[in-house]
Amino acid sequence: MNLQLVTPMRDLHTRLQHLFPLGELTEQRPDLGFVTVPAAYLRPTLLHLRDREGYTHLVLLTAVDWLEENLFQLTYLLSNRTTGRDIGLRVKFPRQAAHMESIHDLWPTAATYQRELREMFGIDFPGSPRLHEEFILEGWNDIPPYRRDFDTLKYARANFSDRPGRETHDPEQHMKQQLYPDGA
Amino acid sequence: MEQELKPELQIRKVKGPDGVEFEVEPLRDYYCEALPTVQHGAYFKIVEDFFNWARAESLWILGFGTGCGAIEMRPLMTPRFDAYRYGIQWRPTPRQANLLVISGYLSVKTLKRAIRAYEQMQSPKYVVGLGSCTINGGMYWDSYNTIKRLDDYMPVDLYIVGCMPRPEALLAGFEDLKKLIRAGKAEGANQYAEKFEWYKSNQKRVIHDWDMPDYNW
Repeated sequence: MNLQLVTPMRDLHTRLQHLFPLGELTEQRPDLGFVTVPAAYLRPTLLHLRDREGYTHLVLLTAVDWLEENLFQLTYLLSNRTTGRDIGLRVKFPRQAAHMESIHDLWPTAATYQRELREMFGIDFPGSPRLHEEFILEGWNDIPPYRRDFDTLKYARANFSDRPGRETHDPEQHMKQQLYPDGA
Repeated sequence: MEQELKPELQIRKVKGPDGVEFEVEPLRDYYCEALPTVQHGAYFKIVEDFFNWARAESLWILGFGTGCGAIEMRPLMTPRFDAYRYGIQWRPTPRQANLLVISGYLSVKTLKRAIRAYEQMQSPKYVVGLGSCTINGGMYWDSYNTIKRLDDYMPVDLYIVGCMPRPEALLAGFEDLKKLIRAGKAEGANQYAEKFEWYKSNQKRVIHDWDMPDYNW
């Protein structure tokens, strides 16, 4: 028997599913859900949520690098200030020549997030204001550092010199040695 | 790697208040072209000792916090630990300070500002590195954007260990710095002048968008 409580989140999801080809709903908390959206339907879904469902606040826009699947994922987290509920829209798209539609005209703050994502992940948002200006890094000359194929240790070794004499201990082994030197 | 100069550093025509137009070349007109020079001590040892005593009792810290360690300076400059009773005070600008405390990790971006601040300070000047980040990178040892050894980029007179060092450790460190200065061993500014080329090449190796004069004085 498939008995599911109709929570407000699930209710919203059902309503949205009539309009857009959405994925399954992941309910993290009663007031927080995540749902996958095809890239082509992102903008209408965001607009619908903003103008019809009261999700007027863009909380954050962040990216995940699914290197093994060769995908980038963007998460648009929206908040409904009246009901106190959040919904996250997940969009996946290929890593090669990564680009996504800009939403700076829906939420002006998105432009700042998009600048950061362009710099740290190399995701292009055509039309976003000041997108190609430096955001945090200055004079960066390698692949974007938040991409998972960027080897930060190798970069640090090549660019910054070590001071000899630095020791590294595995915390577990080290504490074992300290507390039980006999190996008990 | 040659960088295109920022707009404010490019040669431009400026109209003065008297209506006369003249050309400004910021890198030549706004900055000193002369490189730092070694300042020799006084001829008589007793005079130099007196100078060093005076220098040791006159530490003015530049209020420039670079990492999390800056948080330890707040209790230090307020009544809880009250560094002022040791004759140590904070100043808002590099021109008025002679002690630069690098308080924690330095990202490459901040390093650029720290170098500018250090070069703008007047000799004799001292640098103190706080915490393991300035010594060997600390917990940022594998970070793509923070330097690991502060003394590659500016002359450090004293390191204070800890992550972060407590205000008490800082006070003890400042007392040690006073001893170094009094003994005439805090010669960081002269070291910087002597090995200027070496410091500059290290700095330029990590700061890829070098768009300022070589010596910011």
